[in-house]
Parts: sequence; C-alpha cells; structure tokens
Amino acid sequence: MLERQTLADIRAVAYGCVCPSCLSGFAAREHARRSSEVDGEAENRADATWAKAVPHEAVRSRGISAAWAVVALGLLAGALLLGLGTGAASIGPASIVGSLLSHIQVFHFSSPLSSVDDAILWQIRAPRVVLAALVGGMLAIAGSAYQGVFRNPLADPYLLGVAAGAGLGATVIIAYSAVGTDIGLLLPLAAFAGALLAVTAAYVLGRSAGGVRGTSTLILAGVIVALFMTAVQTFVQQQRSDTLRAVYSWILGGFGTADWHAVAVVLPYIAVSSAIILLHRRVLDVLSLGDEEAASLGIDVRRARLVIVIVATAGTAAAVAVSGLIGFVGIIIPHTIRLLVSPSYRAIVPLSLLAGAGFLILADALARTILSPAELPIGVVTAFFGAPFFAILLRTSRRTVM
Amino acid sequence: MSTAVEARDVSVTVGATRILTDVSATVERGEWVTVIGPNGSGKTTLLRAVAGLLAFAGQVLVEGRAVQSSTRRQLARQIALVPQHPQTPGELTVAEYVLLGRTPHIGYFATETRTDRLAAERAMARLGLRKFTDRVLGSLSGGELQRVVLARALAQEAPILLLDEPTTALDLGRQQDALELLDELRRDSGLTVLSAMHDLSLAGQYADRLLLLDGGRVVAEGKPDAVLSEQVIAAHYAAKVSVIRKDGGVFVLPRREEGRWVH
Repeated sequence: MLERQTLADIRAVAYGCVCPSCLSGFAAREHARRSSEVDGEAENRADATWAKAVPHEAVRSRGISAAWAVVALGLLAGALLLGLGTGAASIGPASIVGSLLSHIQVFHFSSPLSSVDDAILWQIRAPRVVLAALVGGMLAIAGSAYQGVFRNPLADPYLLGVAAGAGLGATVIIAYSAVGTDIGLLLPLAAFAGALLAVTAAYVLGRSAGGVRGTSTLILAGVIVALFMTAVQTFVQQQRSDTLRAVYSWILGGFGTADWHAVAVVLPYIAVSSAIILLHRRVLDVLSLGDEEAASLGIDVRRARLVIVIVATAGTAAAVAVSGLIGFVGIIIPHTIRLLVSPSYRAIVPLSLLAGAGFLILADALARTILSPAELPIGVVTAFFGAPFFAILLRTSRRTVM
Repeated sequence: MSTAVEARDVSVTVGATRILTDVSATVERGEWVTVIGPNGSGKTTLLRAVAGLLAFAGQVLVEGRAVQSSTRRQLARQIALVPQHPQTPGELTVAEYVLLGRTPHIGYFATETRTDRLAAERAMARLGLRKFTDRVLGSLSGGELQRVVLARALAQEAPILLLDEPTTALDLGRQQDALELLDELRRDSGLTVLSAMHDLSLAGQYADRLLLLDGGRVVAEGKPDAVLSEQVIAAHYAAKVSVIRKDGGVFVLPRREEGRWVH
C-alpha cells in the first residue's frame, strides 16, 4: 500500500540523507534550480532535483494577506471610534480612548470626560455600537456560510425562513400582548423561537422531500415555509391592525433599544456560531467543488452542511431577535470581499466577520444622526448606501460573482 | 493480498431503475483495468459505487476493507476520483485547486501544512504545471485543465486512481499525452488504475484488462485482444466495426453500413 509520502521519504529518495547539513543545502540548490527555470523546460527534470525543505511560496491557498487584515481591523477600529463618538454629544477619539483606559483599573488614569458624557458613552452608545458590530458580523459571516454550503450567490442568512419565522414570532407577541405590558424580554425570545421553528420545518420538509437531490430542494422548502409563515403573519396583523406600526418598526430593524443586557443575551450565540463557521473555512472551499467531489476528497458533505447551516441559523436567529430584520449585510459584505480580496472562503469568512461589524456600526451611526433626533430604520441606510457601492464594485471588477 | 479493488455481486438501483446487476470484478494492485460499454451501460455507476459515492447492494472491498464500513476520509486516502465533468471554479488558482486534493490528509478544521504544500508542488511538477501555479483555472485550456485535475488526484496520494472518461474533450494528441502520462505515473508510483472509456482502440492499447458492461451486467472480461472482437462489439454496441490486429495492438474502426437506418 502506498502510504502518504512524508517529507523525509521525498528527501531520502532524492539525496539519501536528511541530516541538518543536507537540509541547509536545499535552499541553495533550490535557488539555483529556480533561477535556471525561466520557462517550463525545467519541469521535466523536476523529479531529479526534487526534494527541498521549503515549498514554493506560490504553492499555497490565498487566505488573508497581512495587508487586508490590517485594512479590515483598521476599518473596524475606525468604525468603532466613529460610532462611539457621533451623536447629540460629540466625543473625540482621544477622549474615548482616555475614558476607556480610566475604566480599566490597572492604569489609574483619570477620565477626560464629564460623568454625564461618560454615562452617555458607556451606558448608551457603547452597547449600541457593540450590538451593531455583533449583529453585522454575524449576518455577514452567516451569509458567507450560506453562500458556501448552498453554492448559490443569492443565498443570504434569511434563506431558509429565518426572517419569516422571526417576523411571525415578533408579530404574535406584539399583537396579542396586553396593552402596556413590557415585551422587551419576550420579543427577542419569540423571534428567536419563530426563526428556529421555521428553519427546522424547512429542513425537515427538504429532507423528506428530496434525500439525494441536494441543496435545491432545501432552498425550495425554505421558500415554502417562509411563504406560509408570512401569510400567517399578515393574517395576525390584519386581526390587530392597531399594532401595525409597532410590528412594522420591528421588522425594519434597528438598535434603538440596545443595552448591555441585549449584548449579553446574543454574545454567546454569535461567538459560538462565528467560531464554528470560521473553523469550517477550508471545508467551504472544498464544498465549492460540488457534493460528489467533496465527498471523494473525504468530506462527509451532509454532516458538514448540516452543522454549518445549524450554527449559521442559530447565530442569525439570535441576531434577528435583538435587531429585527436587517437586510443586505449578509449578501453584500461577503460578495464585496470575494470581489476585492479573494474567492477563497479562507479570506471571505473571517473578513466578512470584521467588515460586517464595521459596516453595521457605520450604518447605525448614520441612521441615528442623519435626521437627528429622529432615527432612520437601519435597513434603509444599509441598502441606500450599500447598493450603489456594490453596483460600482460589480461594474469595475472583472471577477465573476461566483 | 494483492487485490486492490474487489467488487462482489454489486447491484445498484436508482428509483425504479436497475442500473447495475450483480457486477463482480477485481483489479489487482498496479493493474490498469478499463470499463467499456455502450452509453448507459453503467460504467460511471460502477466507478461511483467503488468510490463509495452511492448506495449499492453487494460488496466492494478496497484494499481488503469494505467500502460501506469505511469513513469518507479513509476511502479518500485509498481512492482518488477524477470525474468526467469535474467542477473547476474559475477563480481558484492552480495551486489552490491542487491543494484541495490534500483534504483527506488535512485535519477537518485545520489548514494545509508544509508537507501538504510540498505534495501539491510535487504533483504539479510531475504534470508539468509549475508555470501555471498562479494562473486561475478559468484561464486554462481544456487539455491544461485536464492535467490540473489529474494533479489534484495525484496530490491526494491515494494508491488507487479512478478515472471516468479521462480523455473526453481532448484532441487526439492530448488524448495520447494524457494516457501516456497516466501509464507512466502508474509505473513510477505503482498506482492502480480503474477507468471508464469510450474509445475502444485507446482503451485496448492502455489497459491490462477490459471489462465490458452492457445493460448493467458484465458481458465480457479479459485481455483487450480477447474482448475486442467484431462479433462482441456488434452484439453489444449495435455497431459495425473492423477490428484490426497490428503490431501487438487491437484497433477498432467504425465502418459505414449501407442502409443502416432503412429497415
């Protein structure tokens, strides 16, 4: 049986020696070989001069280059400072950093802010900005995961009925709770439950309808479940037309009611979901070869798809529960990364997380300042600024979408 | 034990259609066996069953181990499959694509190591693809793409290679190049090759043994010289051919038949 060839095997065949001094000779021989290799001629004698300690730099998968990592982190940091600084009371970046340091007891640093500004910053703006970052990152990374497992550029985090299910849950709570009751806690729970119910129904239906027919049956099942739940939701709305406004404003989404409690509620879901999707970034690349080839490369395609869909959905449901339905982020951010950086999920997945977070912080900052003191629904902002940007990108990029 | 692949009474039913019926076959280690047969005779299905990609009745043993009780990963370390129409995402570079062949050797959540990159580079060098390392798949010709797919299978470092119509979409010269290359690889690395092919002359020249399928059953098996005869081909392909034996080879030439469609 031909076992996996180890590096030592390769060397032993070529030089019969793996001692350190031989190893250090590899670099020199390899350099000579490469400099003589002007065209493809040298390939024929590649076997004779084979063995070397270091593979060619070009033989690798394009993940995130250091430059793009810096750009993404820089954008996120800039967005954080901007999001924390803008509002009725403007706070400069230096003051924000100073105030942050003063709150970390180790530094014994006195805050440059008045106690009112400090409260505005840490009790009102910070939870809102952090929540926007979590939700934006989650929607974008879930979108990239869905596009990967379904091999469909139109897939978004709401593909399997999450939006309709959450909408139904929220509508029922808003419509049937007694006037004056505090539904602040109940609303996200109901939305979360509705989202999970919808996706479970879609999955069960898709599985029972088309065992071997792959992903399209699942997507169709999601569409059917979403249509049904939307119908029920519309019915409930008509029954309680006095609550239309509240339902509508929830559906449009936003972070107007954000507090640290909401952050604490969604953080575990989003952290676990993102981490698991991040771990699957290479598997998503393998899945791009199609189910059969991925299987022949040793991937249990069904299980991989199930795990990715479950975690992406749970994370999305948590995000939707605290923010409503924010469209656009899940589709546009992953495609932007694909067009600008790399078509490999090893770049798309982690960069989507960072860029989605930064994008939604900025969108939220715009939403609450443009018509201040009134707030625009954040979905309006994401689409109004995101759509033209993506249109330009699509036109100027020579890459195909998928 | 020197049998690489053994199929025992393999039957495959998809929906209400029986595609393979009690197919038994063996491929010895280092041997090249080619499955031939008319369209729809079950060639691809047999390869997919051996690769464990579909449900079947009967038994397939790969290196003595039942396919059904192997994990996907274990199988992928034994068998590399080159499908008839591989998916080749146009945006991937040749290096990235070939590296995907290392998947069965890379931890599920891990990324490739230096050893994997070396193996990929070795496979690319073996197929003369070094200069294409950075090129995206979308910019390659059909023949180049074929070699890239083969490099991915080679990087998988599995002892058994399954090839489904490896020469379709290639011109005559490229067909010969590809098959010569395969034969060379087989000799150098001791690979076992199980392929499905349409071109009977090429099949006869490169395979050690042929397996003729018709209607999902094995109807003939043996050395190319024994299997390829005018009678056998007329019976199973409904084709009028001349079989020419020359220089130790067997060549199958289609011949025009007057009034073939006038009944």
